Amino acid sequence: MIPAAFEYHRPASLDDAVKLLAQFGDEARVVAGGHSLIPMMKLRLAAPGHLVDLQAIGALKGIKDTGGAFEIGAMVTQRELILSAELAKGVPILKETAEQIADPQVRYVGTLGGNVANGDPGNDMPAVMMALDAVYLVKGPGGARELKARGFYHGAYATALKDGEILTAIRVPKPPAHHGSAYQKQKRKIGDYATAAAAVILTVSGGKCTSAAVALTNVGDTPLFADAAGAALVGTALDAGAIDKAAKAAMAIAQPARDARGPVEFRRAVAGVMVRRAIEAASKRAR
Amino acid sequence: MAKLHVTMTVNGAEVEALAEPRTLLIHFLRENLALTGPHVGCDTSHCGACTVDLNGKSVKSCTVFVAQAIGGTVKTIEGIANADGSLHVLQEMFREHHGLQCGFCTPGMITRAYRLLQETPNPTEAEIRAGIAGNLCRCTGYQNIVKAIRAAADQLSSKKEAAE
Repeated sequence: MIPAAFEYHRPASLDDAVKLLAQFGDEARVVAGGHSLIPMMKLRLAAPGHLVDLQAIGALKGIKDTGGAFEIGAMVTQRELILSAELAKGVPILKETAEQIADPQVRYVGTLGGNVANGDPGNDMPAVMMALDAVYLVKGPGGARELKARGFYHGAYATALKDGEILTAIRVPKPPAHHGSAYQKQKRKIGDYATAAAAVILTVSGGKCTSAAVALTNVGDTPLFADAAGAALVGTALDAGAIDKAAKAAMAIAQPARDARGPVEFRRAVAGVMVRRAIEAASKRAR
Repeated sequence: MAKLHVTMTVNGAEVEALAEPRTLLIHFLRENLALTGPHVGCDTSHCGACTVDLNGKSVKSCTVFVAQAIGGTVKTIEGIANADGSLHVLQEMFREHHGLQCGFCTPGMITRAYRLLQETPNPTEAEIRAGIAGNLCRCTGYQNIVKAIRAAADQLSSKKEAAE
């Protein structure tokens, strides 16, 4: 499979990358790890005339602890997320999720920025970022903007990112030290997208759930923030009744497509199971 | 579309060639450099037969443009053997433990296992299985591949101890 021809650019700075996007408009696409874009180009479902490779831009790399949050450069790879001791301690759901993405070779090159900015509903990190209430830092010809993950996804491959803008970093607010989290993903095989997956972040105090956020992967055109599911948990002892209510609330917003992973009813049911398991795991960890 | 002047280090040697940016690294290696050890299997980044080492990472070279690898350092199965031409311990152990049947996946398996053992010199069976999860073998059921990698880890660590 041979992609359409393109011109290759490797800017050394973010400003140069933004200029290239402004210069070539619709014809240009940025490439990070390339493991979503290059397969699409090989199938000729994407045929950018100009490919702007972000690999040489140092400003997009690295993980910064800013006190209340981690700022993770868009070009940080899944493998780097897994290896980061500070993230494993502060936001363990990132490692847990990254480990469930694709396979080792893909995780060496696949980036957090690409995973969240591409807008593919099969990607795992968007739901996690919604659950964490993360903020995406973007830069374009008009300057810098901040966009909440919870409002970022408009449809399959349609996001709040405007033409000419580049995602530069993801700001993940640190959850409380004693929070519990989990990412539960059902997939047919290594490397497959989720049949359904659920991210849960919650806190418990005095035996009662004091906050909860639930989000779903690959059961709609976008990742889904299940606010009713989270609300169903707050104030409860995370008992079977509350978990059941939350799972049903999440299933109610799931709109999976029928595909090789199964019919609609099955995938919706799996979403419910993933939510239950994620709540149970997060609840055990919230101490 | 203008061709790019491609320079990179492959198996220790500086190489130079002209190639279109859209050329995939696997095709550049096989067709421009005649390194036909890495194979085109699925061509969709699933099977791992095209695995090479790029800048110290295992990558699927069917999903990397040659343009992205300019200035990089590549190692293929052709560069795994020792400088004197004798087989690398991994290659020896794949032979010893019959870690292959048809052999199609083997270059990718060994190149991947090479990087795995650099990072995790003493892997558990579970770590080996997770480490080669991106490489498919349709013949062996993986048992002997896992045994071969584990045996190579043992040999490498006893060699290291002997040297110390």
